[in-house]
Amino acid sequence: MKNDNLIQYIYSIADNALILGQRLSELCGHGPSLETDIGITNMALDLLGQTRSYFQYAAKLSEEDITEDDLAYLRTERQYRNVLLVEQPNRDFAYVITRQFLFDAFHLLLLQKLQNSADETLSAIAKKSIKEVSYHFRFSSDWVKRLGDGTDKSHAKIQDAVDNLWTYTDELFHNLGTDSELIEKGIAIDLTKLKEEYYNKIKEIISEATLSIPESKYFQKGGKKGIHTEHMGYLLADLQYMQRTYPNMKW
Amino acid sequence: MTVKLEQHIDPSLIPVLQEVYDPEIPVLSLMDMGVVRYAQLIDGKVKIKITPTYSGCPAMDVMADDIVAAFAEQDMEADVELVLSPAWTTDWITEKGKKALEKYGIAAPLEEKLDKAALLGNEKIVKCTNCGSTNTKMISQFGSTACKALFQCEDCQEPFDYFKCLK
Repeated sequence: MKNDNLIQYIYSIADNALILGQRLSELCGHGPSLETDIGITNMALDLLGQTRSYFQYAAKLSEEDITEDDLAYLRTERQYRNVLLVEQPNRDFAYVITRQFLFDAFHLLLLQKLQNSADETLSAIAKKSIKEVSYHFRFSSDWVKRLGDGTDKSHAKIQDAVDNLWTYTDELFHNLGTDSELIEKGIAIDLTKLKEEYYNKIKEIISEATLSIPESKYFQKGGKKGIHTEHMGYLLADLQYMQRTYPNMKW
Repeated sequence: MTVKLEQHIDPSLIPVLQEVYDPEIPVLSLMDMGVVRYAQLIDGKVKIKITPTYSGCPAMDVMADDIVAAFAEQDMEADVELVLSPAWTTDWITEKGKKALEKYGIAAPLEEKLDKAALLGNEKIVKCTNCGSTNTKMISQFGSTACKALFQCEDCQEPFDYFKCLK
């Protein structure tokens, strides 16, 4: 189909926001303090709002008669193009913050480039989202420093989260095979080019947080190709339950 | 960089739009918030374009419904479209809007540079909406809605919202 590559590209950006938004929504009413609870759900709201804009555009490009809701709720696991990082569970607050921090740093760099995309709609969504994501990054890097440079216990917990989630960072920079034509046209961003700046930035903050930088060179991948970790099925069961049980139900 | 608000609004439609308020900040009309980008009468139908403040702002759908309802009361049919570009900035809140915010207990957004200093806690410049003191501190970067941060006055102890600068 005509717009297939572009639609897949949109999924690869929007699904990250959708799945991370869903993960953060799980914490609504369960945050460790009122302020963090509100902060986390605010970020979830931003991400879900961004997802909606992307999906409205993808639905418009599609030759099928679909809406943004079909894309969010009715695809199967293998059709989601999010990276493995964002589907990782909320093991504790240190994991929530680290996952957010590792993603926000990437997200901000991506949007800075996507603002100048040759595709007008993607550029407009990026310009809108970047303002929100700057706040997310400020929130998550601030917390990385507070936990890292906090008590012995908070330090140990966030070091554990950094060590374990590190393995999911490299996938952020994998282009989809179908992206090359879009990259040439200036529509998609060549993610491999963001890598150096990304690692420089996060290493700086991790060091400032008095944490050590993981040395592991082994990285997990697969999410962007639809091969997800075991956590994804449970997440989708929650996300899709209502539409699957009561098809076409509306709020 | 400040993007100037380009509005194409038919003056005859303004009275109706001025009576439609943000459902979450009921003292701020959509006109004062600067979200109305376009409003014209085309073949007897009202065509409106509004821009979201934040992507996921749940108030946007309510605003669109409220606009349709407000025009329906005047026996006019309205159609509301959401546009993303250029992205909304807090600069578009009118002076009247900022005053209404302050009176309602929400500190109005500062300029970008000052805003950063305030949110990073480097400078005490956000004025308490209760007693006017600038001896205030940020409690949380995210407040009761996505567009606000939570502050507290260290003189009168009153907690209050600050409308974050968005550029």
